[in-house]
Amino acid sequence: MRAAAIVSEPGVVTGWRRLATPRGGGLMLLAVVLAVLPALLPNAFFFDVAILVALNAIVCVGLNLLIGYAGQISLGHAGFYALGAYGSAVLAAQHGWPAWLSMPVAVVAVGLLALLVGRPTLRLKGHYLAMATLGLGVIVSIVLTNEDAITGGPDGMAVPPLVLFGRAVQGEAVWYGIVAAALWLTVWLALNLIASPVGRALRALHGSEVAAGTAGIDSARYKLQVFVISAVIAAAAGALTAHYAGFVTPAKASFLHSVEFVIMVVFGGMASVWGAVIGAAALTLLPQFLTVFEDYETMVFGAVLIATMIFFPRGIVPTLARILGGDRR
Amino acid sequence: MTLLAVQGLAKGFGGLRVIEDLSFEVERGTVHSIIGPNGAGKTTLLNLMTGIYVPEAGRIRLDGHDVTGQPPYRWAAAGLGRTFQNLQVFFNMSALENVMTGRHLREGCALLPALLRLPSLVRAEARCRATAVELMQRVGLEAWIDARADAMPYGALKRLEIARALAGEPQVLLLDEPAAGLNATEAREIDALIRRLATEGTTVVLVEHNMRLVMEVSDRVLVLDRGRKLAEGRPDAVATDARVIEAYLGAETEPLPEAADA
Repeated sequence: MRAAAIVSEPGVVTGWRRLATPRGGGLMLLAVVLAVLPALLPNAFFFDVAILVALNAIVCVGLNLLIGYAGQISLGHAGFYALGAYGSAVLAAQHGWPAWLSMPVAVVAVGLLALLVGRPTLRLKGHYLAMATLGLGVIVSIVLTNEDAITGGPDGMAVPPLVLFGRAVQGEAVWYGIVAAALWLTVWLALNLIASPVGRALRALHGSEVAAGTAGIDSARYKLQVFVISAVIAAAAGALTAHYAGFVTPAKASFLHSVEFVIMVVFGGMASVWGAVIGAAALTLLPQFLTVFEDYETMVFGAVLIATMIFFPRGIVPTLARILGGDRR
Repeated sequence: MTLLAVQGLAKGFGGLRVIEDLSFEVERGTVHSIIGPNGAGKTTLLNLMTGIYVPEAGRIRLDGHDVTGQPPYRWAAAGLGRTFQNLQVFFNMSALENVMTGRHLREGCALLPALLRLPSLVRAEARCRATAVELMQRVGLEAWIDARADAMPYGALKRLEIARALAGEPQVLLLDEPAAGLNATEAREIDALIRRLATEGTTVVLVEHNMRLVMEVSDRVLVLDRGRKLAEGRPDAVATDARVIEAYLGAETEPLPEAADA
């Protein structure tokens, strides 16, 4: 944790307690871990798992901005994730676009959709917002399943590879590099955002919307902003997934997938960027270890979730940070 | 010069008339207190005066701008800051971050510089932090700068709200029962703070039950009773007004300040 002590600002916590704070040496630590990891992975299967962890972590860091920091629930983010994947897949497979172009175009289109949908939806609060976003995810899922002329229906569709500099990007090791860089970038952007006036505005409308308004914060504007940001991040992860895997299915948009993202965020710790990364890593890896329980795998998975929420009520990272940091943060 | 002008204000909830045809003006640089028995409509009036409620009739002008019916953040932009009777602290932040959030309107809030953490933003953040630290010292919270808001005692939180409101550099500061729930020592500290704000030229609208405080710091006092203006004027004149005494105590003749202190 020596790296964590390098950056010191007045009024900011220091030492071990920095574990759960936005900026600091965490970025350096993450870079080191991401760089060293390939040397420790014995084969393509492990690379594949690592890529899956990183992609989930990207979605969760974005979703945590919405849920953990701004306090707005979404049960439909798998919809944005899948639209990013299918958007890029359809443009590349059926319209012959190169993937380096279809990916950003799909991501921007999802951002516009989120802007359009978010405006009326984010007027709702709590359970009603959960219902509305859930409905959004379900609609995406149904459309992807039924429009089989475009999407290949329930069977899914093949996705052309990403071609850069005249060569197809192939192999788990190369994709690991791309996804790891994308994860680091996402974490960096998220940490920057949280440590800015915009980030404070987001946390303020979570803490007290009335007081936020009195401080001059236009809550509707910031809710919409963070909703679009989190949707764009999910879509980017989706587009990467599509071209990495070479295949997409409507299961990516399923309600269950949305819930998985939310569970990862809550498990790792709300309002903690590192928590989202840890949560995504833990819950992506856990099923791999639990295969030894065979038929009881899901039951043990559930038991681990329950135990974690009992002993780490704020999620892994914030609870640990609180224990290590004593009473005052 | 009139900073805040309320004209013909009315608000009801269901069949209950809470504010009825209320008009008054607040002069720049004065402390204007609003008092009245429980249920007189004081907090409703404050919520009308900050955009949290929309009035059924009437206009409110702030510094010449008609802000009636606007959402709270527009009122803040027009120069209004407030504290809350029941605390509205951002408990998910540190004390210092609460005050920094109060400077929202004074900081650049563009998305791109924030995401990329441009050097200009880093410098602005350092300035914002320094200003917030200064404000916390000004309200006597220097011991709590690094504290989490949810680890602070009630009296400190009351002052934290004042610091947060002042951080926005408002033209007029609305204080909703700043001394409520405080012990005598803490109340005296708030008392001194309000007086200091007044002498520094901040316009203050004060809703308070503590009559000693009201009588000491106010330039003008507005007495509300069942949503209507019962009396308005200098504190000593209001305190001896027979209608005011009757509203508070029934038909007693005892002077108001002592009675309310008991």
